Amino acid sequence: MIDFGYQINTDRQIDYDNNNKDIINYIIKFEPTFKICIACGTCTATCSAGNFTDFNIRKLITLIKRGEYDEVKKDIDKCMLCGKCYLACPRAVNTRNLILTIQKALEKYN
Amino acid sequence: MSKKVVVIGGGIAGMESSAYLTAMGYDVTLLEKENKLGGHLLNWEKLFPTMRLGNEVVKFLNKGIDYEKVKVVLNADISEANKINEKFIIKLTDNKEFEADAVLVTTGYELFDARKKEEYGYGIYDNVITSAELEKLFSSEKELITPSGKTPKKIGIVHCVGSRDEKVGNTYCSKVCCVTAVKQSIEIKEKLPDAEVFCYYMDLRMFGMNFEALYKEAQEKYGVHFIRGRLSEACEDIDGNIIVKVEDTLVGKPLKMTVDLLVLMVGFVTSEGTKKIAEMLNLEFGVNRFLKTRDQHTLTNVSNVPGVFFAGTCTSPKTITNTITDARAAASTIASYLQGYDIEKRTK
Amino acid sequence: MHYDNFVLPFSIGLFTLIVIVIYKFSLWIKNLPQTDKQLIKKGLFTFKTLEAIKEIILESLFHRRIFKRNPLLGYMHCTLALGWFLLILVGNLESRLHSGSEINLPFYPIFFKFFVHDRSNIPFSKFFTFAMDFILLFVLSGVLLAMTKRFYSKFFGMKKTTKMKLYDKLALTSLWFIFPFRLIAESSTSGIHHTGSFLTDGLGSLLGESLSSYLVYPAWWAYSLSLGLFFISVPFSRYMHIPTEILLISLRKYGIRQNNNYNSFSEIAVNSCPRCGMCIDICQLSSSANINNIQSVYIFRAIREGTLNEEILKNCLLCGRCQEFCPVGIEINNIRISKRKEFVIQNNKNSFSYLNPVNSQKADYIYFAGCMTHLTPKIKNAMISIFDKAKINYIFMDKDASICCGRPLKMAGLEEKANELVKKNKDIICNSGAKTLITSCPICYKIFKENYNLENIKVVHHTEFLLSLVKEDKIKLNHSGKKYVYHDPCELGRGSEIYEQPRELLKMLSDLVISNNEKQDSLCCGGCLGNLNIEEIERNLITNDVVDVLMVNNPEAIITACPLCKKTLNKSSKVEVLDIAEIVDKS
Repeated sequence: MIDFGYQINTDRQIDYDNNNKDIINYIIKFEPTFKICIACGTCTATCSAGNFTDFNIRKLITLIKRGEYDEVKKDIDKCMLCGKCYLACPRAVNTRNLILTIQKALEKYN
Repeated sequence: MSKKVVVIGGGIAGMESSAYLTAMGYDVTLLEKENKLGGHLLNWEKLFPTMRLGNEVVKFLNKGIDYEKVKVVLNADISEANKINEKFIIKLTDNKEFEADAVLVTTGYELFDARKKEEYGYGIYDNVITSAELEKLFSSEKELITPSGKTPKKIGIVHCVGSRDEKVGNTYCSKVCCVTAVKQSIEIKEKLPDAEVFCYYMDLRMFGMNFEALYKEAQEKYGVHFIRGRLSEACEDIDGNIIVKVEDTLVGKPLKMTVDLLVLMVGFVTSEGTKKIAEMLNLEFGVNRFLKTRDQHTLTNVSNVPGVFFAGTCTSPKTITNTITDARAAASTIASYLQGYDIEKRTK
Repeated sequence: MHYDNFVLPFSIGLFTLIVIVIYKFSLWIKNLPQTDKQLIKKGLFTFKTLEAIKEIILESLFHRRIFKRNPLLGYMHCTLALGWFLLILVGNLESRLHSGSEINLPFYPIFFKFFVHDRSNIPFSKFFTFAMDFILLFVLSGVLLAMTKRFYSKFFGMKKTTKMKLYDKLALTSLWFIFPFRLIAESSTSGIHHTGSFLTDGLGSLLGESLSSYLVYPAWWAYSLSLGLFFISVPFSRYMHIPTEILLISLRKYGIRQNNNYNSFSEIAVNSCPRCGMCIDICQLSSSANINNIQSVYIFRAIREGTLNEEILKNCLLCGRCQEFCPVGIEINNIRISKRKEFVIQNNKNSFSYLNPVNSQKADYIYFAGCMTHLTPKIKNAMISIFDKAKINYIFMDKDASICCGRPLKMAGLEEKANELVKKNKDIICNSGAKTLITSCPICYKIFKENYNLENIKVVHHTEFLLSLVKEDKIKLNHSGKKYVYHDPCELGRGSEIYEQPRELLKMLSDLVISNNEKQDSLCCGGCLGNLNIEEIERNLITNDVVDVLMVNNPEAIITACPLCKKTLNKSSKVEVLDIAEIVDKS
C-alpha cells in the first residue's frame, strides 16, 4: 500500500443530527428545568467539587443538550450534591435533581 | 376654564410631560417629593451612547418647565389621593389640596438594594460599590480612588445584579445596565488609562442605536476585558482587595482573580412612591411588580383607572431617550382624553 | 350453655381476625433485624412493657396527641376507641359477675342482654346497666361525628380527608352500623324484658312491646353480622392500624428505631398509619402550594399497594411537620429516605477519589461553616469576628473549599456516596485534635451529631456555642432595643430539638416577639434541600406564606440560624433577615 500521506480524520464536530436524543428527552421529561439553563456559569463558579477537580456542571449540561455524552459519563459522579449551584442559579434550574436524573438517564441508555 | 392635570413625580417623565401639557393649554401641577426636579437623571454624569453630559438634558427639561411656566410643588408628600365621580382630589401632608381631571403617574424607579445579594459582598466589604456610587465618584470630579483610599489598578464590573435572578425575585432584565457598564468602563479607562477593567456578563444587551459601536470602542480603543460568566461570590483578601469567583464559560474553566474595586450594576425595582400611589388610586401591578399598562403594545400610557395615566420607568425599565418619548406620548394621550376622545375605542 | 345461630357471624369474624393478626405479627417480628429482636428480648420483661401499655392507653384509647391538635377530632377517635374498649371491659365484668365460675364463650358478654334478662344477682346491677347505656351513648356520639367528618370535613377544621378504597369503604360502613344495630337490638330486648337503662329502655318503651318483638331477633342478627363483617375486613383495610399501632408503640418502647434501610420495622410502621389525615392538614405543600398527592399517608398507601413512584417520593421538604404531629409516632422522614435509597443507583465507584484533604493544623476548636454559608458571607464573617473577640483558638475547616458534610446526599437516598464524604471529613476532624466541632449550618449539624460518630468530640451548632460563650463570660452582649422574631430552622428545631438556646440568646439581645407558629409547630421556609423536584413557583408560595406568619407581630427583623433559611426568606421578606451570629457580633 503506497503511503500517500493522507490521514483519516475523525470528525471532531458535534454531529448533531446523528447524536442520540433519547437521553435528552428522558431528562426533559423528568426534570423540565433542564430547558431553561442559559449557561451563565454561576453554578460552576460556586461548585464545591470544582475547587478540587475538573468538574464543570455548566459544560456537562450544555454537552448533554448537544447530545455529547462521553465527558459527562466520566465526570457526573463527582458531584457532592451540596446544593450551592441551586442556590446560585438565576434561572432556578433544579440542578440537584437534574444531576440525579442525568445519572439515571445515562444508566438507562448506556 | 382649562382642564387640570396633576403630575405625580418630578423626574424626566414628569418634567417633559408637564411641559408639553402646559404648552397644549392645560393647567398642570407637578408634584415632586424631593426639593428639586430631575429625579435620577441628576445622578448621571455622562449618558450613553454619546457620552454627552447628563446635566445638558436636565437643562433642556428645566427649560421646558420654565418656558411653559409649569406650576411646580416641591417637597410634596402625598397623604391622600382619591377619585370622586370623574375628578381626582390629591391631598398633601401640609394640607394643600389639588383637584384634577386627569392624573399622570411618573413616580419612577429605585435601584435594587445590593445588600440583598449578600454573596457579592456589598455592605460587607469596603471595596464593593454600586454603579450609582461609581457615577457619583465621576460627578464629584475627584480622583477616582477605592473606598479604602488607593488608586485601583484592576476594576471588576458585575452585570445583572438584582435582575434576571430568580433568587432575589426579579426575573426581568433591567435593560440599561449592560450599556451603562460599557459606558462606565470607558469612563474609568479615560480617568485611569493604566487600569484594567473586567466586565463579568451573562449576555451583552447592546440593543440601541450606536450601542454596539460603543461596545466595540470599549474593546478596541480602551482594551476593556469582557468575560462571559456570572459571578457566584466575592470575598475579601487581607488587604481588602476583592477576590472574584467566576466561570469563564467561553473557555470552560473556573477563573479566579483579584480586583481592587468591584462595581455592581444594580437593576431597576419599583419605587416605594409608586407602591404608595398605586394603593391610593387602586392601580394594578403587572408581572414583575411594575405598574400594569392597559396594553403592552398599543396602550402603554393608560392605566386600569380611567383618568389615570402612566409615563416613564414606573411601568418598566427604560432608557432616558425612551422616557422622554414616553412622556410626550402620555401628554398627547391625556390631551386627547381631556378633549373627549375615546382612547379605548379601537380596543372594542 | 347459651347459644343461638346468630352468634356465628361474630364468632367466625373474630376468630378469623385473631388468626390473621397473629400470623402477620409473627411474620413481621420474625423478619426484624437481629439487633432489633435482641432489643425486644431485653425489654419484654422490664418496666418498658408497662411504659408501652401506658402509651397505648394514652394514644390508642385516649388519642391524646390528636386531642391536643384538634379536640373535636380527638374526641371522635376517643369515643370509638375508648368507648368500645369500655363496652367490652365493663360488659365482660358484668357478665363475669353474673355467671360466676361458669366458663363462657367469647360471644357471651357481647350478646349478654339477649341471653340474660335478669341480672339482679350482681352487686350494683343498676349501676352496670346505666354505665353500659351511658358508654353506648358516648360511642354513638362519636359515630355521628365520624359520619359528619366523612361528608363535611370542614366542620372539623380539616381541609382534606383521606381517599378510600373498596375494602376500606366496606369496613367503614360495617363499623358505622355496629353501634346503631346494638342500640336497636338492646332497645328491642329492653322493650320486651326491660333490661336497659335510660337509653335502651327509653327507646324500647318508645318502640313498644309488639314492635320490639318483631325487631329483636333480626336486630341481634344484624348486630352480629356487622361485627363479623367488620372483623373480617379489618386485616385488609385501614383498620389493621389498630392492632398494628399497638405493636409499633411497644417496639418503639423497647428502643427499636427506623434505620437507613426499609425493613420489617418500617413495614410495621407503614401499616400502623391510621389514615387520620393530620399529615395532609399540616403539610405546607398542601396548604401553600396546593400539592395534594405526596403527603405521608399517600406514600404509605403506595408502599402497601406497591405503586410507589419516584416523583412523589422526591417531592417532600423533609421538614418534619408531619412526623412531629403523627399520633402514632411513625418516623416518617427516615422511612421516606430509606425508600429513596431504593430508587437511586448506589454506585460506589469511589467517585470522590479526587478529594485528598490534608490538614496539618491543630487546635481545640474546629469550625465548619458549611457549603451554604459561603453564599451568605455575613454569617461566616460574624463567626470569625466572634472567635477573635472571644480569643478562641480554632481551625477554620472549610475556609477555602468545603467538602460537603454528606447530608444532602443522604437525604436524596445516596447513602454510600454520603458515607465516602463522611469518612473524608471525619479524617480531617479527628486529625485536628479538636475537642469541639462548631458548625453554622443545621443540616451539617444533624449529620455530624447523628452519623459521624465522633467520639470524644463535642458537636455544637453555633447558637449553642454562642450561648455558652456568653455564659462563660467570654463575650458580652448589649441589648439592641429592637423587636425581633425567631424562625426555627427545620433541621435545627424539629430535626435536632434545639429550640431554647437561640431564644435565650435573643432574649438577651432584643425584645423577642412570637409568630403564629413556634417551636415544634414552626413552618419550613420552603428552601430545604430535602425536596428534589418542587418547582420554584411552588417554593415561593410556601416562602410567602411563612413570611406572613412570621410578620404577624411586626418585628423589625427576622432572625434565623440557618444560611439556607436566611437566603430563602430574604426573597420574600420586606424586613431584614439576619442570622443570630450577625446580631451577636454587632452587639
